[in-house]
Amino acid sequence: MAAESTTAEGASGFAIHPMDQFVVKPLFGDGPVNWYTPTNVTLWMGVAIIAIFALFVLATRHRGIIPTRMQSIAEVFYGFIHNMVEEVAGHDGVKYFPYVMTLFLFILLSNLLGLLPMSFTTTSHVAVTASLAMLVFLGVTLIGVARKGLGFFSMFWVSSAPLALRPILAVIEIISYIMRPVSHSIRLAGNLLAGHAVLKVFAGFASMAIISPLAIAGAVGIYALEVLVAFVQAYVFTILTCVYLKDAVGDAHH
Amino acid sequence: MATETHGVNWHQECLYDAGGAKGMPQLCTDWMPNQVFWLAVALVVLFVILSRIALPRIGAVLAERKGTITNDLAAAEELKLKALEAEKAYNEALATARTEAAKIIAAAKADIQKDLDQATAKADAEITARVTESEAKIAEIRAGAEEAVQAVAKDTAKELVSALGGAADARSVTAAINARLKG
Repeated sequence: MAAESTTAEGASGFAIHPMDQFVVKPLFGDGPVNWYTPTNVTLWMGVAIIAIFALFVLATRHRGIIPTRMQSIAEVFYGFIHNMVEEVAGHDGVKYFPYVMTLFLFILLSNLLGLLPMSFTTTSHVAVTASLAMLVFLGVTLIGVARKGLGFFSMFWVSSAPLALRPILAVIEIISYIMRPVSHSIRLAGNLLAGHAVLKVFAGFASMAIISPLAIAGAVGIYALEVLVAFVQAYVFTILTCVYLKDAVGDAHH
Repeated sequence: MATETHGVNWHQECLYDAGGAKGMPQLCTDWMPNQVFWLAVALVVLFVILSRIALPRIGAVLAERKGTITNDLAAAEELKLKALEAEKAYNEALATARTEAAKIIAAAKADIQKDLDQATAKADAEITARVTESEAKIAEIRAGAEEAVQAVAKDTAKELVSALGGAADARSVTAAINARLKG
């Protein structure tokens, strides 16, 4: 589907459309994209869920004491995120482990599936990552207020600083707190957007015979880098979630 | 493309008529409700799958494995202790056996020594008896010989005296010979 719609222009001459891969399209027909319309967003989020279901439910159905290969992979992810939540957010954070795991797996699988040719990277859209980041931001704030009441906001009042500096620091702390979801979401979407766009540019140059070997080599290199980025960004998003969670569930002072 | 046939082009804001992206698709507000809606659906589905099925299951498997490993280690520790005990018992038995063997050897040695001593004593006694006997015999023989010598000497002396024409009474000859033999 994606190829058809871009060739119309591409046929007239050499042209690279690195942003066309991010277009949201209805799966059926050609109508408007309403909020309920099944689109390629729906498709690739669904594929991610199916992949996670296969790895975490189908592969673990034997509940083997001696795990199969796929069960081992699921266990490695489980242990990795569980340890991260426990170490970063503290012991009280462990009960939020399923939420953190959901975020991590969704982002990781979306990132990885986005690397398949012709696929759509849901996490390259700010709308998606900002929603995720706002979820974390609001969740952490609500958990913090629920657990500590107004004492939660005492973390903006740096009691270890000189009294004169505290109001200024409080302003800085509040601004940095409010900016968290911005950096949290733009980091993820920006990394994936840039990587996929660069990949597309390299792939576009591969059609020019003179530089095609270079372009293909470059695309392969970028692709390898993007696989790394897919993991690293999922990891970064998750560990930052844990860090924020620590503010809400951990000891008051830091 | 098909989009041109629509009276109203819904993609006007974000797409060219040919279907290509106009600017950054990430900033197209027309698509955002759709993305947020499907994200919400996806996250809820995923959360239900993970928190209801997958994570409890994996957690249980990991706990079970940990338990099994702990049990196995405990069992191994127990077996090790048993092995150590068995070794100790073996060493004790070995030591006991050694002591007993040493005792038996000592007893055997003592027995042999006793037998030997008895035999030696018996042999000694026998030897002593024989020696005494022999000495008695020798003494007897010597006595016999002396007597014979005396007799021969007396007879010879008598004969010699008579042959030389002397008359000798037996008593004086005997006395002279006895004096000579003593000297």
